Amino acid sequence: MTALLTATPAAFTTATVDVVALLPLLIVFGGALLGVLVEAFVPRASRFQTQVVLTVVVLVGALVALAVGAVNHRGTTAGTAGSDGILRGAVVIDGPALFIQSIILLFALLAVFTYAERLGGVGSDTFTPMGAAVPGSAREAEALRAGAMTAEVFPLFLFSVAGMMLFPSAGDLLTMFVALEVLSLPLYIMCGLSRRRRLLSQEASLKYFLLGAFSSAFFLFGVALLYGYAGSVYLPAIAAAISSPVAGLGGLLVPGILLIAVGLLFKVGAVPFHMWTPDVYQGAPTPVTGFMAAGTKAAAFGAILRFFYVGVDQAVWDWRPVLMVIAALTMVVGAVLSVTQTDMKRLLAYSSIAHAGFVLLGVTAVSRDGISGTLFYVLAYGLTSLAAFGIIALVRENGSEATHLSQWAGLGKRHPWTAGVYAFLLLAFAGIPLTSGFTAKFAVFAPMLALHTAGSTALVVLALLCSAITVFVYARIIVLMYFTEPTHDDVAVVDASGGTIATIAVGSVLTLVLGVAPAFVLNLAAQASQFIR
Amino acid sequence: MNQFPWLTVIGALPAVGALVLWLLPASVAGRAKQIALGFSLVTLLLTVLAALQYNASSTERFQLVEQHPWIPQFGVSYALGVDGIALVLILMSVILVPICLLAAWRDLPADQVGREPHYFALMLSLETFMVGVFAATDVFLFYVFFEAMLIPVYFLIGQFGGARRQYAAMKFLLFSLAGGLIMLAAVIALYTQGPGGADGFLVSKLTGLAMPESTERLIFLGFFLAFAVKAPMVPVHTWLPDAATESRPATATLLVGVLDKVGTYGMIRFCLELFPGASQWATPVVIVLAVVSIIYGALLAIGQTDIMRLIAFTSISHFGFIVLGIFAVTTTSWAGSSLYMLNHGFSTAGLFLFAGMLISRRGSKRIPDFGGWQRIVPGLAGIWLVAGLSSLALPGLGSFISEFLVLAGTFQRYQVLTVIATTGIILAALYILLMYQRMMTGPKPESAVGTPDLSLREKWVAIPLIALFLVLGFYPKPVLDVINPTVKTILTSVNISDPAPAAGTAEGSSK
Repeated sequence: MTALLTATPAAFTTATVDVVALLPLLIVFGGALLGVLVEAFVPRASRFQTQVVLTVVVLVGALVALAVGAVNHRGTTAGTAGSDGILRGAVVIDGPALFIQSIILLFALLAVFTYAERLGGVGSDTFTPMGAAVPGSAREAEALRAGAMTAEVFPLFLFSVAGMMLFPSAGDLLTMFVALEVLSLPLYIMCGLSRRRRLLSQEASLKYFLLGAFSSAFFLFGVALLYGYAGSVYLPAIAAAISSPVAGLGGLLVPGILLIAVGLLFKVGAVPFHMWTPDVYQGAPTPVTGFMAAGTKAAAFGAILRFFYVGVDQAVWDWRPVLMVIAALTMVVGAVLSVTQTDMKRLLAYSSIAHAGFVLLGVTAVSRDGISGTLFYVLAYGLTSLAAFGIIALVRENGSEATHLSQWAGLGKRHPWTAGVYAFLLLAFAGIPLTSGFTAKFAVFAPMLALHTAGSTALVVLALLCSAITVFVYARIIVLMYFTEPTHDDVAVVDASGGTIATIAVGSVLTLVLGVAPAFVLNLAAQASQFIR
Repeated sequence: MNQFPWLTVIGALPAVGALVLWLLPASVAGRAKQIALGFSLVTLLLTVLAALQYNASSTERFQLVEQHPWIPQFGVSYALGVDGIALVLILMSVILVPICLLAAWRDLPADQVGREPHYFALMLSLETFMVGVFAATDVFLFYVFFEAMLIPVYFLIGQFGGARRQYAAMKFLLFSLAGGLIMLAAVIALYTQGPGGADGFLVSKLTGLAMPESTERLIFLGFFLAFAVKAPMVPVHTWLPDAATESRPATATLLVGVLDKVGTYGMIRFCLELFPGASQWATPVVIVLAVVSIIYGALLAIGQTDIMRLIAFTSISHFGFIVLGIFAVTTTSWAGSSLYMLNHGFSTAGLFLFAGMLISRRGSKRIPDFGGWQRIVPGLAGIWLVAGLSSLALPGLGSFISEFLVLAGTFQRYQVLTVIATTGIILAALYILLMYQRMMTGPKPESAVGTPDLSLREKWVAIPLIALFLVLGFYPKPVLDVINPTVKTILTSVNISDPAPAAGTAEGSSK
């Protein structure tokens, strides 16, 4: 045994791991694994409650660990010293990483209550009792009779959260890829588990999986090219290689960056990699859609910031024009196509595409203000989205969600509170002052205009025109809810549990707070806007 | 600085009232209008008290100042303060709100009493934004109020308007927002040109900036476009007639009488003060458009058969006068334009609200559906005539003095255009008197016999308005005393002096 240890090659250096900094991640991963065990060993009668309690405890624990411990342990963690003695972090806990991790935990904590909404049933009302059964088959009916339920969504959910937390913290491209897969695979499954309209849900799942697999392949190919260019997958090493380029390898750099960008931009639903968004948003169970809209965007923008600002910031003149074009396309396509939508979830999907375009403005500003603007935007958008999808899940006709726009006609007359809150959230999406949407738009537009270049100014003007288009879309829904006579008499807002109500309330109140008194959070985002390179 | 925060209290009080109304239990929904009127009257009282604190002869341009950091990361302060023009416009707003509430007393039929709290709460929340928009001395804060103001109006038109209210509300929102969003780009761009910092959005920090000529012109255009839509000027006026005819008279009054003033007020406060160079560059186009607005609005008003649309077009004509006076940039024309904003607010209120009384009696907005009504409702016909005469600027009524000052001031610089604009006065006589003739004179309409004349409530709507017409017509000095020092300060700060009077040189020459 001793001989074996001494026989270890001299080049091997042990990894140094700062456990405190990683504790939030470890807690969520551990909780997810524990959830799998719960699924296997806890009797069915108490399984659902156990999972919900476990998930909430894990998320709160991770949030506490992050607030108390990790913030004081900023630095490169869980890395190994390379041959040159420099510590290369596979996981980097710095300002942006901490900010994104904390908002993802917050989103998850809000989303878990919408996942757990039972509406008086045995298991979650959202998810099918047996995902493996063919829709409409005898097995499905049998599972329903036997009181089956899909409590395994909770560990899946936790794995996805853990992946999202790791994604923006990844210090090398391989860790980033692993995080990408860990966050995506559970999402693919959860998308297919809707209780109602199961075929649509399964189609969405398959589509998301296939396109996601393609984009992952692009990402991996890009990693390979950059490895060929820099001889390393570590982001600081790639940055160093760009500063002192090796002759003859230059041709690998730009293709590598662009291929990785495809993989990352796919996750935020930027045009032309947005095709999956409307189908998946519509088909997925609504709580999953809400969580995906909020969490995936935040995580993916964190990763985009890290890749472009830490890894390839020296090549800014190569990638910035590309990102600006993509931002312009994303805003225009998202805004224009949202005009013609007739389904509420599809409409919000296109709106999310337009929002991704707005956030990309913050990314292309290439300044600390741009970073803090991006961070603030994903927080504001996520909270509003969670509340909006929370409400969509409650507006039902004969038990199933009333997502067609015509079913929302006259909702303001019968359910003034629900419609009022939803109208407020729409105004926030539209970016009307005194809502978080306005503050967020300002936070990404201002750094762009501060550049004083014709291109960036033109992009902001385009963004404002697109905002005007989206205002039309949201105003149309308000018209529908308030100024139109009801046509579907069976549409009603179901009585939700306190958890769902709390999610909607917290999301809406924070949407207001971030619009009226955003100074505190903006300050946090500004402090968090420094990457460790 | 550590004084009573007058402006905040005046602004917040209606918002509190709106919240009270929204949270009102359904059982007392019928009391909503009394509560709303109470809040608006207390606001009026406080505003009068605040106005008494204002010292017109002080060297301090802005008084009743409040300033606190709001979003220091963006450079935004919560900064309020009034100069003479702003004070007068705030006074006008808070006087009009209780009058409008009183006029809207029975807007909703008895079976819809449950919607009343919402209706009156929207009006009160609008009052908050109106006070805020005139009192803001921070460009960002101004923008916030400027945009937020759209939301209550949108709901007032869309939920309580006439048959085509959806169309009108949407058109109003899209026009205003498109203008507003372009202004947002200009607002941010202006900040990046300024000194920046945690209070970089204060108007005082952004005045007199040296920036490249093309940049200044672009930013100016961003602001001007938003204000032109709001004001509204030809050719971006088309939303106004639709919005005015589809909304309730009280809403139309607040919309045209107060909200549209934000456009002309913004031209003085932001376009001319912050970008004097670019303003001079744009002046030829702007004053031609203003004259076009005067004539075009008046001609279209003559052709209308819908009372509300007619009043809307008269307003477009009147806003042409105001803009003309503003861009002529003389002491006289500015005093005239500022006074005109006030007078137009009251005379439009008279027209819209009295028209509302007529419309509710006849059940139609069409002028041909009336005729001979002065034999049935003589009192109402009388106040209708007075409001009309005030609108056509009869000497002795408020608008005359302001219109005269605008034309006299503008003549110092642009003689030909002033002469053309003066024909607007003749056209005004046409559209008002023709309308009166068609509606009020003629044989007694038998079908309408028995229609009640003015009720006590309606008299209380009419009395303050007509009193204001007369006071401002015969003794406008107190108002001018407040406005004039501000006008002089602004003109000195942008370094524009009046042209030398032509008569002076003629005297010395001997033939």
